[in-house]
Amino acid sequence: MSRIVRTLLLFLISLIFLFPMLWVLLSALKPQSELFTFPLTFLPAHPTLDNFATAFKSGDFFLYFGNSVFVTVVATLLTVVINVMAGYALSKYYFKGRDFIFYAMIGTLMIPLQAIMVPIFLLLKSMGLLNSLWGIIIPPAASPTGVFLARQYIQTIPNSFIEAARMDGGGEFLIFRRVIVPLATPIIATIAIFSFMWRWNDFLWPFIVITERKNMTLQLALANFVGQFQVNWASLLAMTVVTMIPMVIVFLALQRYFVTGLTAGGVKA
Amino acid sequence: MKAKARSHGTFQQTLAPLLFLAPNLLIFTLFIVVPALQGIRMSLFKWSLLDGKTFVGFRNFALAFRDPMFWQTLGNTFVYVLAVVPLVLVLSLALALPLSKEGGGAGFFRSVYYMPAMLSLIIVGIAWRWILGFDLGIVNYALKSVGLGPVPWLIKGSMAMTSLVVVTVWTRVGYFMMMFIGGLQAIPSTFYEAARIDGAGRFDIFRRITLPLLRPIVLVVAVLATIEAFKAYELIYVMTQGGPGSSTKLLVQYIYQSAFEEDRLGYASAMSVILLVIIGIFTVIQFAAQRGNYENE
Repeated sequence: MSRIVRTLLLFLISLIFLFPMLWVLLSALKPQSELFTFPLTFLPAHPTLDNFATAFKSGDFFLYFGNSVFVTVVATLLTVVINVMAGYALSKYYFKGRDFIFYAMIGTLMIPLQAIMVPIFLLLKSMGLLNSLWGIIIPPAASPTGVFLARQYIQTIPNSFIEAARMDGGGEFLIFRRVIVPLATPIIATIAIFSFMWRWNDFLWPFIVITERKNMTLQLALANFVGQFQVNWASLLAMTVVTMIPMVIVFLALQRYFVTGLTAGGVKA
Repeated sequence: MKAKARSHGTFQQTLAPLLFLAPNLLIFTLFIVVPALQGIRMSLFKWSLLDGKTFVGFRNFALAFRDPMFWQTLGNTFVYVLAVVPLVLVLSLALALPLSKEGGGAGFFRSVYYMPAMLSLIIVGIAWRWILGFDLGIVNYALKSVGLGPVPWLIKGSMAMTSLVVVTVWTRVGYFMMMFIGGLQAIPSTFYEAARIDGAGRFDIFRRITLPLLRPIVLVVAVLATIEAFKAYELIYVMTQGGPGSSTKLLVQYIYQSAFEEDRLGYASAMSVILLVIIGIFTVIQFAAQRGNYENE
């Protein structure tokens, strides 16, 4: 009995988490007339894809979509490569200042972008990276949490593997590529997924770096639309649904990596 | 240091770690360390894109302490942090407890509760603005149909802050729940078995075993949630723009406004330094409280 009550309760809580997104989806499928006439119905009386068609046709939806995809993919590649390399250097080599570098990196987790956005803005301006997608991609790529996760994981790889490869005359980079990377695949996947999620969802970096329409990402464009005096809800809701879809697919396909990453201490940027 | 225990003699093996580290360290230094130091320097200047810069010492800080808007946004930030963090802590732990063991649909419920955490705050904000709309939102519609409301969710000051807190908690509990589940699963089941043999009740077990062993995770969640809440901006940008009036305007938004809308970069930097100090103090307090707890055991 208590088991049934427990499941029922968990299920009711699920509704709290699911309903808002479900309501956005159902609303996006309603024709404009149904959105603003009472009585509201839960399911669309006349489901339609018109809102999606309007969103795709008007504005520069595909431009924003393309920018978001480019930033997310390139930034994730860069993030994985430099952070896993750094995690390896900080776990399997001994050199002066190693621990200092590591703790300095972890310490900067307390310095959010929000607190350095003014100097960042000036720096990117002087480097000519304002209004460039590279200005979103490169600066946040060095991720303390990424280094942390890679370091913790690579530490568990036995040194004997590396020493055996050295005996065989493998160069240091070859050892990294042929020994470390294959063995670190799970943590590489975790870092990649969190980077993907963070980059796809990120708003503040594009918000500071990008002002021209042609370089906007989806999140920035969405925030712009909802900030207008007259919000065009019909096409905004459709755009919201489309922006959500890649994340939902990635999440459903790769759930177990989300769990790994979180239980390993939580990854964010 | 166990430096001598390893066979790292060759030149290549000395150079390799530096090369592996170089790209990360370069970006890290250029885009985190340098801006952080530059921000502190800028806080000592009257700095404007149009009129250039003049050294003013600590005058920006004095200015902030006399600025009613600084105090209001700082106050709003504290209200927001002090409401969000305890709620997030308690609720994410409450959700983690029944879901820490496998089976009984635990995997399914975990995924569902986590779902909002993987959506961008922009999307979350849009969704909730749609739901909490005054005239056309589904919540007020439902309330009206049972003779209540309409509630000015986002258009009246105190109500708007409450709504923001609730939505923030809604998006974040799943994330922290996952961290608690990781912590709960790391507690050896023998501890529970021993307690049960000794005849301990469920509440006793929770208070005497689960909670003390979970303390490191509680600390991590508290620190992360606090830092997150102090830097909140996106959700507010989409849901209320800091309004009505300035009732939901937080410090980060005021920093942004001062820098990029009013061209007061030095002043904005001074407030950023204050924000950093506050985040630092909160983190230290939480670590100190944690140590105190251990010593009292």
